[in-house]
Amino acid sequence: MKLYLKYCAINMKSQMQYKFSFFLVIFGQFLSAFTMFFGVLFMFSIINAVDGFTYSQVLLCYASMSMAFSLAELVSSGFATFSGMLANGTFDRILVRPQSSIFQVMASRIDLARLGITAQSVIILCWAVPNSGVSWTWDKILTLCLMIICGSIIFSCLFLIQASFAFFTTEGLEFMNVLTYGGREHGRYPFSIYGKGVLRFLTFVIPLALFQYYPLLYLIGRESSVYYMLTPLFGLLFMIPSCAFFRFGLGRYRSTGS
Amino acid sequence: MRTYFAVFRMRFIAAFQYRIVAFSSMTTSLVWGFMSILAYAAFYRVNPDAFPMTFPQTVSYVWINQTFLLWFAVVFTDGDIESTLESGSIAYELARPADLYWRWFTRACAGRVAMSVLRLPALAAAFLLPGILKMTLPPDLIRLLLFVLSMVLALFVTVSFTMLMYVTMFHTISFRGIRLTVTAVTTFLSGGLIPLPFFPASIRGIVEALPFAAMQNIPLRIYNGNITGIDVIYGIGFQVFWLVTLIILGKLAMGYSLRKVVAQGG
Repeated sequence: MKLYLKYCAINMKSQMQYKFSFFLVIFGQFLSAFTMFFGVLFMFSIINAVDGFTYSQVLLCYASMSMAFSLAELVSSGFATFSGMLANGTFDRILVRPQSSIFQVMASRIDLARLGITAQSVIILCWAVPNSGVSWTWDKILTLCLMIICGSIIFSCLFLIQASFAFFTTEGLEFMNVLTYGGREHGRYPFSIYGKGVLRFLTFVIPLALFQYYPLLYLIGRESSVYYMLTPLFGLLFMIPSCAFFRFGLGRYRSTGS
Repeated sequence: MRTYFAVFRMRFIAAFQYRIVAFSSMTTSLVWGFMSILAYAAFYRVNPDAFPMTFPQTVSYVWINQTFLLWFAVVFTDGDIESTLESGSIAYELARPADLYWRWFTRACAGRVAMSVLRLPALAAAFLLPGILKMTLPPDLIRLLLFVLSMVLALFVTVSFTMLMYVTMFHTISFRGIRLTVTAVTTFLSGGLIPLPFFPASIRGIVEALPFAAMQNIPLRIYNGNITGIDVIYGIGFQVFWLVTLIILGKLAMGYSLRKVVAQGG
């Protein structure tokens, strides 16, 4: 953990070298996140509820999803540059160091510009939490925290899988964006509105609904079983196949030389 | 003219090298369209009459929007022209005889056309999809032709706006920030996120007068029948107006900036 903070500090210093650029990037992120929010707002100016979810409940869902995503992007932006690391041989240096290679790749870059999205999620969350009509007892607060924390871990796993594909191919990795960026963008509405098939896929194959739809039902009081509260924790099982996939790729890794 | 044709052909061929990328971006657009339509379907189930477009109209809108994503992208990620600015090879560009504005304009068009052609199979697939996902043809041939004309104009309006963005890049090095900001604003105000008719009436009047409304907004709504009759002609006239205005602005701004351009690096 101490090591991670050190990595953070170094990253922060280097990115602050160009202050104007840095703030323009944050501003851009902030703005693009807000256009998505306006999309939701405009749809709800036409109708009041979708699939039984009201505007403020959808916002709660949207904010927690977007928060989880932005934290994941912030923490694991190193994965995004992984294919570059393989190509220029930086990864070889990582392999000889006495730390977990996943950790080092993850911490190699902390893209603070992602704070733009985080800031926007915080604002929406601050609005949605008091307005959602949820009475915030300790269990509800815990549920919301679980949604965000487990969500960001699961998104990080997806980024890790995306990075691991770089062991096998250098091109056409864009399809993974469907799950990461797509998950965030389409996850602004509870996944149940996309129908049973999609919901099942996002429950059992890629566990995005586990930290979005099910705990949301508990939050807004549609379900009172404690299982619904704890579903994000089941989602953490997704870490096992993701790390295994990275190890599998690592096993087949041949350095590019140089 | 022949020079520009050659520039176009070269960019076109270059873009065709990335077929795997195209394949994966096609899959992406199919999945994306699929999810968007399912979301719209859920909204339409609540009250189908509350919306300014019928459901099949929205479906066509979504599919064309998805497959021609890059056609309408003000910020196109091939990074070619931007890297010219970043690396300092702008100095060479300036030494070449053909006019810089039109050469870049041609190159920007070519990249977009090539990538969109590669994505066309996704649109074809959309016609074959079952149930609510199925894309429909416009009512008659004339409408289809007007759609094509409007598409070409939309491409030119988009690229002429991109040219303005390039001019601002002469003055700063924060390319990433500019790209993000421009993408966010243009995508939203051109109807890339949700169609402009879905905007609340109070701001719709303003948004529909902006140059961004002359991009995908017009051709997509001509195709799906949301704009009909004399309004189609108005729409196309509106596109021509903004195209001419943006090109004049772009030429002026570029001429002014080139006098004081800084070549980055050496």
